[in-house]
Amino acid sequence: MNRLAARPGEWIDRSQRIAFSFEGHAHHGYQGDTLTSALIASGVRTLGRSFKYHRPRGALSVANHDANAIVQIRRAGRSIPNQRADLLPIAEGLEAFAVNTQGGLARDRRRHLDRLSAYLPVGFYYKAFHSKRLFPYWERLFRNLTGLGAVDLDAPRVVTPKRHEFADVAVIGAGPAGLAAAVAAADAGAEVVLVDENPRIGGSATYALASETASAQRVADLIGSVTSHPRIRRFVTTVATGLYADHLLALVTQDRLLKLRAGSVIIAQGAFEQPAVFRNNDLPGVMLASGAQRLMHRYAVAPASRVGILGANVHAYRAALDARAAGIEVSVLLDLRERPGPQSLPLAETLRAQGVRVLNGTGVYAAHRGGSGDIDSIELAEWREGAWRRSSANAIAVDGLWMSVGFAPADALLRQAGAVVQYDARACQFVPGVLPPGLFACGKVNGVFDLDARVADGQRAGTAAALHCGFESRSCFGVGAPDQETATHPYPIVEHPEGMNFVDFDEDLQLKDFANAVQEGFDNAELLKRFTTVGMGLSQGKHSNANALRVLAQLRGMPLDSIAQTTARPMFQSVPMSHLAGRGFSPERRTPVDADHESLGAVWMPAGNWRRPAYYRRDRLTREESIAAEVRALRGGIGLIDVGTLGKIEAHGSQAGEFLDRVYTGHFGSLKVGMTRYGLMLDESGVIVDDGVIARLAPEVFYFTTTTGNSAALFRELVRLATWWRMPVSLVNLTGHFAAFNLAGPRSREALARLTSLALDDAAFPYLGVREAKIANVPARLLRVGFVGELGYEIHVPSGSAAEVWNAIRTAGADFGITLIGVEAQRMLRLEKAHIIVGQDTDGLTNPFEIGADWAVKMDKPFFIGQRSLAIIAKNAPRQQLVGFALEPGRYAGIRECHLVIRDGDIAGRVTSVGQSPTLGRTIGLALVTPAAARDATLSIRIDGGAQVAAPIVPLPFYDPAGARQRIDSGGARS
Amino acid sequence: MFTRHERLKSAYDVVIIGAGGHGLAAAYYLARDHGMTDVAVLDQSYIGGGNTGRNTTIIRSNYLTPDGVKFYDESVRLWRDLSQDFDLNLFYSTRGHFTLAHTDSAMRTMRWRAEVNKHFGVQSEAVDAKTVAEAIPMMDLSCGGHGPPVLGALYHAPGAIARHDAVAWGYGRGADRRGVEIHQETQLLGVELEDHGSGPAVVGVRTNRGRIATRKLLCAVAGSTPGVLAMVGLRSPIHIHPLQAMVSEPLKPWLDPIIVSGSLHIYVSQSARGELVMGASLDPYELHSTRSTLDFAESLSAHLLELFPFLSDVRIVRQWAGMADMTPDFAPIMGKTPVQGFYLDSGWGTWGFKATPVCGKTMSYTVANDQDHPLIRGFAFDRFAHYALTGEKGAASVGH
Ligand SMILES: Cc1cc2nc3c(=O)[nH]c(=O)nc-3n(C[C@H](O)[C@H](O)[C@H](O)COP(=O)(O)OP(=O)(O)OC[C@H]3O[C@@H](n4cnc5c(N)ncnc54)[C@H](O)[C@@H]3O)c2cc1C
Repeated sequence: MNRLAARPGEWIDRSQRIAFSFEGHAHHGYQGDTLTSALIASGVRTLGRSFKYHRPRGALSVANHDANAIVQIRRAGRSIPNQRADLLPIAEGLEAFAVNTQGGLARDRRRHLDRLSAYLPVGFYYKAFHSKRLFPYWERLFRNLTGLGAVDLDAPRVVTPKRHEFADVAVIGAGPAGLAAAVAAADAGAEVVLVDENPRIGGSATYALASETASAQRVADLIGSVTSHPRIRRFVTTVATGLYADHLLALVTQDRLLKLRAGSVIIAQGAFEQPAVFRNNDLPGVMLASGAQRLMHRYAVAPASRVGILGANVHAYRAALDARAAGIEVSVLLDLRERPGPQSLPLAETLRAQGVRVLNGTGVYAAHRGGSGDIDSIELAEWREGAWRRSSANAIAVDGLWMSVGFAPADALLRQAGAVVQYDARACQFVPGVLPPGLFACGKVNGVFDLDARVADGQRAGTAAALHCGFESRSCFGVGAPDQETATHPYPIVEHPEGMNFVDFDEDLQLKDFANAVQEGFDNAELLKRFTTVGMGLSQGKHSNANALRVLAQLRGMPLDSIAQTTARPMFQSVPMSHLAGRGFSPERRTPVDADHESLGAVWMPAGNWRRPAYYRRDRLTREESIAAEVRALRGGIGLIDVGTLGKIEAHGSQAGEFLDRVYTGHFGSLKVGMTRYGLMLDESGVIVDDGVIARLAPEVFYFTTTTGNSAALFRELVRLATWWRMPVSLVNLTGHFAAFNLAGPRSREALARLTSLALDDAAFPYLGVREAKIANVPARLLRVGFVGELGYEIHVPSGSAAEVWNAIRTAGADFGITLIGVEAQRMLRLEKAHIIVGQDTDGLTNPFEIGADWAVKMDKPFFIGQRSLAIIAKNAPRQQLVGFALEPGRYAGIRECHLVIRDGDIAGRVTSVGQSPTLGRTIGLALVTPAAARDATLSIRIDGGAQVAAPIVPLPFYDPAGARQRIDSGGARS
Repeated sequence: MFTRHERLKSAYDVVIIGAGGHGLAAAYYLARDHGMTDVAVLDQSYIGGGNTGRNTTIIRSNYLTPDGVKFYDESVRLWRDLSQDFDLNLFYSTRGHFTLAHTDSAMRTMRWRAEVNKHFGVQSEAVDAKTVAEAIPMMDLSCGGHGPPVLGALYHAPGAIARHDAVAWGYGRGADRRGVEIHQETQLLGVELEDHGSGPAVVGVRTNRGRIATRKLLCAVAGSTPGVLAMVGLRSPIHIHPLQAMVSEPLKPWLDPIIVSGSLHIYVSQSARGELVMGASLDPYELHSTRSTLDFAESLSAHLLELFPFLSDVRIVRQWAGMADMTPDFAPIMGKTPVQGFYLDSGWGTWGFKATPVCGKTMSYTVANDQDHPLIRGFAFDRFAHYALTGEKGAASVGH
């Protein structure tokens, strides 16, 4: 019903009618319409309710950030909150609802909050409802009142892949300045990406210059050059939302995030038209002139039939001419300026000649609403004695009011990237001062509004940006003439005793709110923002910050250039989390025999990025029984553990031994070829961070293991250290290249003998030895180690041959009853031997002395990480100590890991490991306790429910203290 | 709320650097509890503009070390009455706090924390996955099949959030009313020391607005601590790392408790305005800057959607960063220092908002009496030299 006749260049396709609904009412529009344009075309002007007072609101900017036209939509069975109507393309079957209402837009039960506004001054939340008892109730009410749309808890995860892009020069904004910049840079030889949030390039020239034939032609030519240029790629319907370090741009399209890395960046995003402030400046029907122009020219929609225009620049006159051309009556044009500029004057004459009233030095004192709730008339204000005062003239009937009183630069990306802006009193706006290297700005952002000047400014920026990337231009561009007229009024703000003159539409902030805030001492831009919440709504201050700063400057009696702006932060425009998340990447690593474990009944547990069998299910046995059976099988015969998740690293070089001497606490430079040694790694404060076994394969080749969870980070750290120390050591991360199996148990040697020709007797292959040999015809590394406390071999083989070796071992062991052992049984086996697990039996402060690992620390070395700290720590009394405890056989007391040890009512430590030992038939455990508690005969452990259990302290290890079983026939002390 | 003082006096009994929550709280209690009102609080920027105004406001006391638990528990006690003390609504909202455990070892840490907490009368409980599912039915405990599922959690009923700015304003207004002078846009440029044989002592400070004589200087500057320590010739193991956060558009209430996952490196709560306030762990590098990164927003979103896939269409409006003053043991550095009259309240890293009231209390006591308050003895400056650390890493890292 408000649709205009077809016009050249319109963005809608009238051949495709689209049915949708708003607030349950059926409407239709055309392909290319946004929800806002289609609704206004259908005669719907109230698009939402305001945040605080629930006032009816219509379209304001139609510039992709109308914070009062926010809808919840239903699409493809999903309910999606907080969609912007001015951005949202309509689609067949779309259902949309205004978000901030209770009981619908028309009958919103909260609409009366409007009349209570006098009782809801700014910051009132802080001053009320804070009784401790009542706050929870009030908070619930408040949370329901705010909050805009609702999330659909059943909505599925949306996965949107990302794309990486590169360009020499990125130009953000495809208005005349951006177009000219793109052409200039591309002509110089740069690969250019031109980004614009709209579906078509041209920027404001696509709606603001309709009445200027010559200008329109000039822009059409520019668009032609861009479109045909081989070095310019156009990304339309794409919002540049963040400009991060090193020219990384976050670009957001309907369906994905693009990450563009550019050599240089040109910001040509133009300016946001700003509202005038007067009473009821928020009534449906009051909008920015540029918004009305967008509706008319892009969507062929007439937002009013009889309009008043409030202006302070030539754009207001052009909007009036556009209105007339579209058949809209212009009741009056009010120009805040007493003397319109040289561009406005001839247009004023044209309008007057057409019978339009044009009044200078006149503004709007108040708008009034009619029966429908929309604007129906305006009362005038006139400039008298240095202030805007109510005029005695009669109110003028209108059904729309278009404001064109000034602009604020779209400089958020510039400021995100560290540009400093300063107030330019001539342009009445902030303009960039010093720009960081590689960053350029042109056009309205620089306060340049005339078309020729904008094009010239764009050419200058394009040439400079190309040069920054090494492309020298052969063209030489002149500087444009300065604007003939200022586009922005310095103070388009009219006071009114009854208020409702909104400075921030998103947050419902009136002029008086600012006076109150400043009065209370919130008198700088940041505090003002935080107290009033100005600029914190959905549009992030795009049409409120400029006026807020003016008001602040006025209230403090300071010039604008002495008021610091608030910090600009991403996002420039909000981004769905699905876009940011992308596909996500959470790798799960599997050892080469993973499938076997699965088929053999493994119950999985996560281990770092890996999964490992916790235990193997057995018929009719519980979890605990299955684990115990595994423990017994290994101690009694032979067990096989997949330890392939351990970190595995090789160090090569003449100084590899010295390198390991520095990173581990023990001696490794002196380690004999063919031998292994346990290693502890500390951080600089002497705290244990990792442990492993280091083997010397050749004079200049070491092979060592790290704990599963630490392996990746540790490798990175070792590489960093090698570089930092400038040591000629090559480190190779073999974690994924090698599989590793621990074959252990009294009969492991017999089984192994069937697979290798290597001599396995103690003399040829002693305890702690390492050998390279073929196992089942596969070259392998064999480490004779004893983590589980029995005769045992760690067999490392290339991953590609792992399955073969695994199967061969299982076959060879079958006669001896070989049993697969999971992590849980392994933990018990090592607990019986009191071998610690770093991170479980140690905490963020544990040093080697506290766990009785003094033997592994060689303080006589010239240096190792943590040595200096240990030297100091060694002089202090120990803080804690690792002790073992065991209950009487058969007693189960419910002790769990991390239960506390209590002594004289105080915490004296905690249980770090505990379990039912199948081998010993009793509960055994380790505890880190105070030295005093360690000297006691029993620990008092507080279990669930609060009871305390007396647990006798026993010597460690619990099992085979002499270590005879892992050595078999050689005695001797630990190295 | 605040008085604008056009001029600095030439001397004050106490000068406090930093008008964040900590500095203002100390000023407030100095005036209220110790009758010291000849106090100036200086800030190079504006009230609450540092980490106080950037933090994600999680308040809890489920720490790991006895020193930590007692200290934060006292803070929570103070928080509960603060709105009424101030006659200002801080939106202190008790929501309950879940620290999710995705691994065995995380479950163990949760049990440890719960046991220590209970020992000191703090409500914490290690709960299993079923309890978590009942409390937060919309959460996907399987994490979308990516990475380890939720096995359980540490549930801490007193966990709360509050309106950060209001805290600074409340303390600021209270101090202002009692005669303390708050000077914004006043930067500390140097500290004047004298040594009469018993070691260096503070005698005055230099600022961009002139010199002030004082014998008691409290430094509460969070991310700027290393710079101020250099002015008095002290070295500390504090490193500055950026800590980032972001916020979604407002939504109708759907999430009451505060959710933290150490494995996914995320936490989230829903503010009174309906925004989801989200954060992650520290940036891994040292940097004295508050610029945001895209990486952060990407990985945080990815991890959050694993727990809450239905947030896919919810939009992020803003991200920001603060400079966190990190200590090696994740506990603060508080109290007297080797420089006579120079008191330090620092090392608050990613977790200092919740401590604002108790820091004010204990630091005002320490400054007034020139003696460390008993509650802060575990946090002494010299503990690093003696290796008497207070290991809070397990409880302080992502959880804040
Ligand atoms: C993103 C983020 C999230 C966080 N989340 C939480 C959380 O959920 N829970 C929690 O408990 N903690 C959290 N924290 C930590 C918490 O914010 C801080 O520990 C706490 O706010 C520190 O308060 P403060 O008063 O000591 O410092 P600040 O608030 O930083 O105040 C220091 C002040 O000192 C001023 N200053 C600095 N140098 C000078 C100088 N030379 N001269 C004059 N003035 C100076 C600064 O301008 C600043 O205003 C978070 C921190 C960040 C960054």
